Amino acid sequence: MSVLEASAEATAPPPAPAGGRSLVATAWLRIRRSKIAMLSLAVVVAIVLFAILAPWLTALSGNNPFTSNTSPEVLDDLETPGLPLPGYMFPSAQHWLGVEPALGRDLFSRLAYGAQVSLTIALLSTAVSVVLGTVIGAAAGYFGGRVDAVISRIMDLFLAFPHLLLVLSLTPILQSRLRGTPLGEGSFLPMASLVIILGFFGWAYLARIVRGQVLSLREREFVEAARAFGASHASILFRQIIPNVMGVVLVYATMLIPTNISAEAALSFLGVGVKDPTPSWGQMLNAAQAGNWYLSDPWFLAVPGIMLAVTVLAFNLLGDAVRDALDPKAARG
Amino acid sequence: MTRFILKRLASLVLLLAAVSFITFTLFQLGPSDPAAASCGQECTPERVAEARVALGMDKPFLVQYLQYLSGFFSARTIGAPGAESICVWPCLGKSFQTNENVTDIIARSLPYTLSIASGALVLWTVVGVGLGLVAAIKKGRLADKAIVAGASVGVSLPIPVTGLFLLIVFVNQFHLLPFTSNAVVVPWGPAGPGSWIVNYLLPWVALAVLFSASYIRVTRTSMIETFSEDFMRTARAKGLAPRTVVFRHGVRAGITPVVTMLGMDIGLLLGGAVLTEQIFSVPGLGFTAVRAAVAGDLPVTMAITMLAAFFVITANVVVDIAYAAIDPRVRLS
Repeated sequence: MSVLEASAEATAPPPAPAGGRSLVATAWLRIRRSKIAMLSLAVVVAIVLFAILAPWLTALSGNNPFTSNTSPEVLDDLETPGLPLPGYMFPSAQHWLGVEPALGRDLFSRLAYGAQVSLTIALLSTAVSVVLGTVIGAAAGYFGGRVDAVISRIMDLFLAFPHLLLVLSLTPILQSRLRGTPLGEGSFLPMASLVIILGFFGWAYLARIVRGQVLSLREREFVEAARAFGASHASILFRQIIPNVMGVVLVYATMLIPTNISAEAALSFLGVGVKDPTPSWGQMLNAAQAGNWYLSDPWFLAVPGIMLAVTVLAFNLLGDAVRDALDPKAARG
Repeated sequence: MTRFILKRLASLVLLLAAVSFITFTLFQLGPSDPAAASCGQECTPERVAEARVALGMDKPFLVQYLQYLSGFFSARTIGAPGAESICVWPCLGKSFQTNENVTDIIARSLPYTLSIASGALVLWTVVGVGLGLVAAIKKGRLADKAIVAGASVGVSLPIPVTGLFLLIVFVNQFHLLPFTSNAVVVPWGPAGPGSWIVNYLLPWVALAVLFSASYIRVTRTSMIETFSEDFMRTARAKGLAPRTVVFRHGVRAGITPVVTMLGMDIGLLLGGAVLTEQIFSVPGLGFTAVRAAVAGDLPVTMAITMLAAFFVITANVVVDIAYAAIDPRVRLS
């Protein structure tokens, strides 16, 4: 960003006029005007509901994600052993999305419970990154000087590491350490480790953005006034500065969610994240590639694949819409 | 200019040292026990203790780091007293699994990664910048909307989904392309550049779908901004051909954000296209890293992560220097 633009932004009116509508209300008004934004919001809400309602939906279908059925009526045992027979491969009244090859488990149940696992990991790790990024970035921008120099260098270093490679290498290490602790119990272990790893390595970019915002905020009159009243650093930081960067934080949080959904899928696909029998969308992709099932049963790949792509697309479009709605530059245009 | 380059190179050395230290800390001191990992499944406490000595873990942490670092400059001996072996320069340790020098493993994997990176890079840059330019020229028209929509979808498609889909269609169904063979490594091999291209075409396309989407967005935004500048109006007003205005004046000025991104992505990709290599079974750095991560082979994952971060940092410095060569204003800041 050029110097000119930065100063123009500093003098521009804040997006939420004092006494008028709140930031969220203004943003909501803009989002409601955009068809794409509303559509992507509807899809996101539907997917979240799908995940929350997973136990009831699967009960309704009369199946569960763990019971396998390898009887010769369901799975082929002659030509391609393990391949679902035509009546079971595709959606039917009994199995809404068909069954898995090899184990014959109900695909709809696994997709629904997988949504729970995938979304939980993505949302919690995003929350961790957002808290870390906001506090660290705000501290760097507010205190400036040596604190800023040290934090900025650390951010640069964090950003230099190829994200996927780093989390891929560190996840098994963290898992071996978590075993035997309360976080390392059974199916909880991969979830906890992914939340920690993705959360801990995802804050640097947001911190850099927040730092930039705070640099200009700390010179503003209301901060000066708070200081003149004798407010402590902590009070100024948490009550004056951070509430004013929430707009930007919200934008990057919305954009971080799809990144973390993809990251969970990638790690579980590579075999270091969520593992069978716990379902997640990444684990389902992993199962589709394992044993080359995707070649004889492409539907088995398509179910988690399409779900993942639609979810990431909806969150991405929603992120764009939130950015457009909260960006002060867009407000002027 | 010489002073600028020297300054950047000095900061490069510092950054690389910092990255090596952080990686070493994360992998050794972090939540891990390399000794237990090195001695495998059936391990008695005595053997772990032996392994600790063999790995030099009985020494203070800083000494361990400096020993590791010394391998960058000279050969060193590794192993327990009585069972030492020489790790030739440049030494990055030995694999827990095979006891092979990590440097050799990397040297073997790198050509595959280079093959994937080089072709994918050319493909996505041409497609991304080309389509971004078209979208900017046809701003607001149908072509623009279609390209922007395509980019939104492209950036949301996870690599496992695209990659496996390409394999189903082009390899399994229509037999148009062969499955990637590890025998073809370089374009100047005995089979010639044609078979190299055919061999790596699908991995390139899988990567290009994802990456060109962000290049389309960046190119479009930057070019639209450039097109509205005064010098563009002047160029048009003095009656230059539209083609000359767009390419000679517009692209030259508006391409800088793309160059920055390209620098970052080259660095990133040289560290291994983790997912793509896994899907197409190409034994590059990413593939090797996944194998090592799953098996808990710390020296290998650590070396690849460090190397990948080196690539990213070096690429950034090269981009900085290239900028300074093109635009003298950069040198001042």
